[in-house]
Amino acid sequence: MSSMQSQAQYVLRTVEERGVRFVQLWFTDVLGRHKAFHVTPAELEDALDQGMTFDGSSIDGFSRTSEADVLARPDLTTFQLLPWYGEGAGIARVFCDIVNIDGTPFAGCPRQRLRSVLASAHEQGYNFYVAPEIEYFYFSGENASGRPVPIDRGSYFDLTTDDVASQLRRRTVLTLEEMGIGVEHAQHEDAPGQHEIDLRYTDALTMADTVMSVRHVIKELARQAGVVASFMPKPLEGVQGSGMHTHLSLWRDDKNAFIGDGPYGLSEVARHFLAGLLHHAPEITAVTNQWVNSYKRLMPGAEAPVGVEWARHNAAALVRVPSVKTTRIDSTRFEYRSPDPAANPYLAFAVILAAGLRGVNGAYDLPAEGERVAALPQSLGEAVDLMSKSELLLETIGEHQVEWFLRNKRSEWDAYRAQVTPYELERYLPLL
Amino acid sequence: MTDVVLCVPSCEGPVKKAFEVTGVTPVVSVSGRLNEITALEPAEGFAGAVINASAFPFSEAMSLCRQLRSRERSSGPVILLLDHYQLDDLTFREDLFDDFVVGPFDVSELATRLRHRLRRSGNDTVAQRIDHGGLSMNLETYQASIAGRVMDLTFMEYELLRFLATNPNRVFTRETLLSRVWGYEYYGGARTVDVHVRRLRAKLGEEHAHLIQTVRSVGYKFGTATEFDVS
Repeated sequence: MSSMQSQAQYVLRTVEERGVRFVQLWFTDVLGRHKAFHVTPAELEDALDQGMTFDGSSIDGFSRTSEADVLARPDLTTFQLLPWYGEGAGIARVFCDIVNIDGTPFAGCPRQRLRSVLASAHEQGYNFYVAPEIEYFYFSGENASGRPVPIDRGSYFDLTTDDVASQLRRRTVLTLEEMGIGVEHAQHEDAPGQHEIDLRYTDALTMADTVMSVRHVIKELARQAGVVASFMPKPLEGVQGSGMHTHLSLWRDDKNAFIGDGPYGLSEVARHFLAGLLHHAPEITAVTNQWVNSYKRLMPGAEAPVGVEWARHNAAALVRVPSVKTTRIDSTRFEYRSPDPAANPYLAFAVILAAGLRGVNGAYDLPAEGERVAALPQSLGEAVDLMSKSELLLETIGEHQVEWFLRNKRSEWDAYRAQVTPYELERYLPLL
Repeated sequence: MTDVVLCVPSCEGPVKKAFEVTGVTPVVSVSGRLNEITALEPAEGFAGAVINASAFPFSEAMSLCRQLRSRERSSGPVILLLDHYQLDDLTFREDLFDDFVVGPFDVSELATRLRHRLRRSGNDTVAQRIDHGGLSMNLETYQASIAGRVMDLTFMEYELLRFLATNPNRVFTRETLLSRVWGYEYYGGARTVDVHVRRLRAKLGEEHAHLIQTVRSVGYKFGTATEFDVS
């Protein structure tokens, strides 16, 4: 029996045995927003066999109207019962790849773009592992002027409200573990109401799926507790924003390819990878930081990177090379610090890997530690301009998604620029 | 005393004749619901069950078979009566019944199978299982539980656990596990095994995570003993 068949058998039997009543077919649009169909067990067999047809033109960044119909094809290895609906609710999920009616990969599907970048790395013998740190805020509501109120500043020293946040985080971690998602640790972050969940490394495709699941679980459990969780990169002025620092390593023949005899125990491959990451960082920033608001986090003095440089200790550097214990050299890795948790994880991991691999294949020279070789774009407008000239992005995420992305992001930037803000009125009206 | 055989949802025509020929007493449950069946059950229990899946929705027939099988008290061998077009639906559900007859029903065939199954029911076939240190896996239904708590596993987690648990106390390298369990080259590489082990341990829970032991510089093994030194 083929592996596909036995996986299908496993899924169908589990659906029967566990009394599953709905299966959610999960996928993401180009901006990384979570989409889902709900199918009943009766429809599932067909969905597993042939995929579910839907009109892609209604999904952001999917088909142009002339090629509207696409198929969501379940990736059976990701079938999982969802624990937060309670015992006996019988709801499961499975991630889908989007394919054309003829079965070929659909150009607008971010998951398959990541898959193809991983495949080309794999052809060179490399496996790519990532471990993101996901920061986010819990808000209990809005104040009179419509600003969000962090859950643990709503009332100072108020044990009850503070408890809600830590209980919520604990419940979230336990739910993630029930789903088999490894959490390295979870903690309260610097800003009021800000929390962080660090995930244990997996291969990049699994991790992109995991990031989608984690965001969903955090939001869903917060909703159940009557609070709002947000991954907005910079929801509050004057305190640090939410990033998604991402730890990266490249493996070859079951060995960490970053380990070597160079400074900080880095290999040639590691140095070239790092050089590639730095060289291409400005052009991939539109993907790793895709919202107008993302650039309000990338400001000096907020522990977020602004310049393209690498360092061992400097928290404002774009790439950090963490110290590694001599007994743990397998954890040799880079920490890429610009991405935020509102990025599309599939595309973000794809472009990060592609940038690094360019460095490896082109044997790029690594700049000195602490040397600022370029600046990151300071606004979405600037980032999108860099993206439009990037041959790397065209190759990595494909013409279909680049074109749509540029159109969507230019219009977002223009809509933002057209605003006359309270800041301007307050400052200029009395003066000018 | 004659054997009492459950008959769902009716006992008419060739089925009735087959019961007469065999000399067993039919007890008819029209609804096919478990509470009705339990109410009808004689003190000595059912010797077997004949379920006519061509007379009510197939999924309900399967669901009844499953309920009968999961009862504490055995219902004896289950014989399905089917229409020809339902044969395909039996695939992967072979553990839910003991025999089947395809319509149009022949009285002597039905009677023969009934007699044969009832005679053999002394040596009940039990679902293939693995039971180790609180872990229980039913290899026919693909369900696993730990200390009575059902675990929700993905397919590869299930396969990895099954492989390790069927070979307790044997150490496997990551490469061996990858080739034996995954069976093909996977993008994740051998570290994928670590990732799945971690997930399995999380699902086993802290108390039982030690069932999968890391053997340093080698790989993993499934062990029920806790004295194994990982250092």
